[in-house]
Amino acid sequence: MTPHPATDRASGGAGRRLAGHRLLWPALALLALLLGNLAFHHDFFAVRVRDGHLYGSLIDILQFGAPLILVALGMTLVIATRGIDLSVGSTVAIAGALACGHISTAARPGSVATMVTAVALALGVALVLGLANGLLVAGLGVQPIVATLILMVAGRGVAQLIGDGQIITVTSAPYKMIGGGYWLFFPFAVLLAAALVALTAFVTRRSALGMLIESVGGNPAASHLVGIRAGGLLALVYVFSALCAAVAGLMISSNVSSADGNNAGLWIELDAILAVVIGGTALTGGRFSLGGTVLGALTIQTLSTTVYTLGVPPETTLVFKAFVVIVVCLVQSPAFRAKALRRRRTNAPRPHKTAGAAPQHQEAGA
Amino acid sequence: MTTGMASAAAQLTRPFATVSPRTRIRIPLIVTAVLLVAMFGVGSVRYEGFFSSQVLLNLLIDNGFLLVVAVGATFVILTGGIDLSVGSVVALSTMLTAWLIESQGWPLATVIPLVLLVGAAGGTLMGWIIHAFEIQPFIVTLAGMFLARGLCYMISTESITISDPTTVGIAQTRLYGPGGLFVSIPVVIALAVLVTAFVVLHHTRFGRNVYALGGNESSARLMGLPVGATKIAVYAVSGLCSALGGLLLTFYMLSGYALHAMGMELDAIAATVIGGSLLTGGSGFVLGTALGVLVLGLIQTVVNFQGTLSSWWTRIVIGALLLVFIVLQRLMTGRRPAAD
Amino acid sequence: MASPSTPRPVLEAQDVRKQFPGVLALDGVALRLFPGEVHALMGENGAGKSTLIKVLTGVHPADGGSILVDGRPHAFTDPLHAQQAGISTVYQEVNLCPNLSVAENILIGREPRRFGLVHWSALRKRAAELLTELDLHLDVTSLLGSHSLAVQQLVAIVRAVDVSAKVLVLDEPTSSLDREEVAQLFTLVRRLRDRGVAILFVTHFLDQVFDLCDRVTILRNGRLEGEYPIGELTPVTLVQRMIGGELAALDQLSGRDAGEPSGRASAEPFLRARRLARAGSIEPYDLDIHGGEVVGLAGLLGSGRTEAARLLFGADSADGGEVRIEGERTALRTPRHAIARGIAFCSENRKSEGLVGELTVRENIVLALQATRGWTRPLARAQQDELARHWIKALDIRPADPEAQIGHLSGGNQQKVLLARWLLTAPRLLILDEPTRGIDIGAKAEIQRLVARLADEGTAVLFISAELEEVLRLSHRIAVLRDHRMVATFENDDSVTPDRVFTTIATGAAS
Repeated sequence: MTPHPATDRASGGAGRRLAGHRLLWPALALLALLLGNLAFHHDFFAVRVRDGHLYGSLIDILQFGAPLILVALGMTLVIATRGIDLSVGSTVAIAGALACGHISTAARPGSVATMVTAVALALGVALVLGLANGLLVAGLGVQPIVATLILMVAGRGVAQLIGDGQIITVTSAPYKMIGGGYWLFFPFAVLLAAALVALTAFVTRRSALGMLIESVGGNPAASHLVGIRAGGLLALVYVFSALCAAVAGLMISSNVSSADGNNAGLWIELDAILAVVIGGTALTGGRFSLGGTVLGALTIQTLSTTVYTLGVPPETTLVFKAFVVIVVCLVQSPAFRAKALRRRRTNAPRPHKTAGAAPQHQEAGA
Repeated sequence: MTTGMASAAAQLTRPFATVSPRTRIRIPLIVTAVLLVAMFGVGSVRYEGFFSSQVLLNLLIDNGFLLVVAVGATFVILTGGIDLSVGSVVALSTMLTAWLIESQGWPLATVIPLVLLVGAAGGTLMGWIIHAFEIQPFIVTLAGMFLARGLCYMISTESITISDPTTVGIAQTRLYGPGGLFVSIPVVIALAVLVTAFVVLHHTRFGRNVYALGGNESSARLMGLPVGATKIAVYAVSGLCSALGGLLLTFYMLSGYALHAMGMELDAIAATVIGGSLLTGGSGFVLGTALGVLVLGLIQTVVNFQGTLSSWWTRIVIGALLLVFIVLQRLMTGRRPAAD
Repeated sequence: MASPSTPRPVLEAQDVRKQFPGVLALDGVALRLFPGEVHALMGENGAGKSTLIKVLTGVHPADGGSILVDGRPHAFTDPLHAQQAGISTVYQEVNLCPNLSVAENILIGREPRRFGLVHWSALRKRAAELLTELDLHLDVTSLLGSHSLAVQQLVAIVRAVDVSAKVLVLDEPTSSLDREEVAQLFTLVRRLRDRGVAILFVTHFLDQVFDLCDRVTILRNGRLEGEYPIGELTPVTLVQRMIGGELAALDQLSGRDAGEPSGRASAEPFLRARRLARAGSIEPYDLDIHGGEVVGLAGLLGSGRTEAARLLFGADSADGGEVRIEGERTALRTPRHAIARGIAFCSENRKSEGLVGELTVRENIVLALQATRGWTRPLARAQQDELARHWIKALDIRPADPEAQIGHLSGGNQQKVLLARWLLTAPRLLILDEPTRGIDIGAKAEIQRLVARLADEGTAVLFISAELEEVLRLSHRIAVLRDHRMVATFENDDSVTPDRVFTTIATGAAS
């Protein structure tokens, strides 16, 4: 929409260069953060193999970042449609509580069959929750932030209700695998997250889903006029977001072998939104970047790790996050850019809105 | 979002088309009032000791701080904005108060204005960013939420208990009325805030500008109203109310803790919505917000009286009420002008 | 009633220039407004009316020229300045707050106060007085939103006049009002004029100009065409001056590009609309469009051209009448239905209803085709590239880069991308709403040639344009709209002269 200042708009391959450009900054931020850690801990990049498992700070970042990557993955598609999903934290808690609740009351908690039904139960309920969000947004036309606020408020209560207010502890080897297990040297959670990211990227980019979502988010009126059924797409992205959150919830509860309705996934919705924004997907919808989101999520996780290694109270990460949110939003804000630009060139004309009346640039070709 | 969906929604609204708009915006308020009376009635029938004036006053004692915070949130919501930072600012205020009094030995009389100033300044800053750079309120106040909560932990990760005699004295003061009924000082302050907010919203230019801004921002601008100043001011009011709410919570808890007021932003928003304010702005009543706070408090009271119900039912019921009211609002207002 | 001989204009604009990126929107425009007159500002799309109003009311600063109020130069930088200088504006979209009472809407920002608080009883009394003075009787405590648009418009005028009573700009106030409401509005306007207010009245309705206005200023293509007392104009001459068109040059085009429509007489029409209507936007109309035929919709801006076309695409749903496609009755409820029946629609609002600005040229081109297939049946990337390359070449879209972001293309090239989007769905009926507006001459000629070629190949085309020259040159048949009614339909044979069309547009009578 707004011309990107740093791209050469007339020459070939501008789009591809833009794509490269989009990932450049999140990647550089992540890299700087990692290098900063290296300065404090010289073995920060070291990865060792022990008992056939990989160990090291980088692996930890991946493993603890996996749930956030998943939640942010779902959030990316929601934000691409100009929406927002505040309920993912609650969904994380509900999914964990359901699965653990099911396993703890099952006849054979350690069996694979129990694990499978627990996972199916959690995903099934998440599907219903996502559908409810989608229905409010697409069917009733409630603002996304308001529609998903309902589940955000009620969801934690529901999660506690499932666990009867207790932290549900489970001992189930198959279930432990999801968030705490290893497979082919790697933490299983990392592989699972990677597979889901790859699958999502494949589906959105190989099918027309990605383009239609970007179209609906980029220009709803035009999308309606070319015959895109936005309602179905909206419902789909909210369902997908809930499912991603549910998988993340399974991972988190599996990792600690317990479900805490009160604290599981607390504030993960905010981290996820932050990851998406850092990754270069604008809150105003349209173009989304799954790769950027993954980088964003890893950046946030690295930030948390950094704070741990620095020895300051881990909770102060929040202060850093606050500054990151503001800086990223300012950089993305057209008003901020216009103001920064005006300071440099005093007579820059402010773009004005007259729908389709004035061509944006001088007639170039003809 | 699309015309198709909007027109489907518009069809749903037709049952209400015959009701006058003024009545229509009052329906949620009436529903809330009826709900409040019904809950109190049912509670009185079912639980012994429920039907007493002190139970009502206790509602105020236990929720005075929430009332103040929700009043601030109402200002923001009336302009069509949202403030997610209120809970964290409340926590920061408790923390700052406790730390300054206990660890730094400052007198309460110095701490109170300072804390209020911090809250108002934070709100002003957020409002300015929202207005000047046209960034969505939710993301800016989200940053504010992170920042305030993070600052709490920077002061201390532990709870700080207050033993300063002045503070404890004020906190434990009971103001007795006829028949042995009593309230606390924070209740009086909360009610004073409510009355002030009512006067400001309904009887000052600033208040009317708040409504105008929520009704139609571009119209307000073309009518020559101070849109920017009003927008910044509502966030400042919200910050100020959160800081005051934090002070009241400090008196209530006699401690400062980073984990105080977790999720209070949601309670404040829920109280405002249940009190009949539209989340899209322009319509609502601060007295309705007070009713909303009482409903939330009464749910808590009923859950306590029931005994067999666990505390999480409070959240679930609030969520359910929120759902009902949001759907009700949607049907009342009918077709919103397309957001794009 | 004042006459232009009144010594000094209350508002005078001289040699006003306004440049937007790529467009000189106003080029040396002048305007004089005298106290106690109703002055019409007329012009077609792109003539510069709305830009001039925005300059006069401080929304946009002018790039050159001067604006004098009571003889003193002013440079407005925001609407408030203009209001303080005595110029108020009432827009087509009522710019008041529906959630406040009528009284507040009139007086907000200037509320009477007592002890620093709003003095409600004084406010209500004052508002009621203002309304009564202008012979309006409303409950001032009622919410503005509970009243009809017409009443809201009257309230907006009362507010504007009370804010500053010198100059009142009415920007298309009657577009969505019915006849009685217009009469009510005019009564109010006349009363204000008699009190000495200078009123600048922008409208598309010719009758209203002759009914209400004392003088007319006509703009064309950003320039001043002229200023006339209303007595010197007839509807026909007014239309001629607005649309312009070098009449002599137009006559030479009698050997028009549009040949005989291919295979038309034989077949039944591709689309047949009967008594199709939508309350408030277009009155019932009949229209047949055959395969291979270009049907032009002529009429002034706001005459209902776009509204009529949108019903045929399901972009708005009709509330009366029927549509038959190839003889079969069809309900075109949404664009999807229309697209499925082989109809395509290029909206006049390229940016807001056409382009998805963040997507690439390729994606914008394949969007409609992809939408019909649904997301589960994607076009293979190779196929997309092939389609994009083909159409970029066929329509000479520049830069010839399928991966360029569409927002960065020029208007003409964006329009070609939108055409490509629909052409690759192989539509049976292509509706083009102002496809050549705001684009350069070269691209315009290319698009006109394309339309002619499509018709030759058997596509039905509904062609909407404010430029009569284009419509006459391309169309086999012309339907003329006026005041939201289709007033005439005729074959575009040698008997059709620009004069005849002008007359129809101006008077509604097909001579």
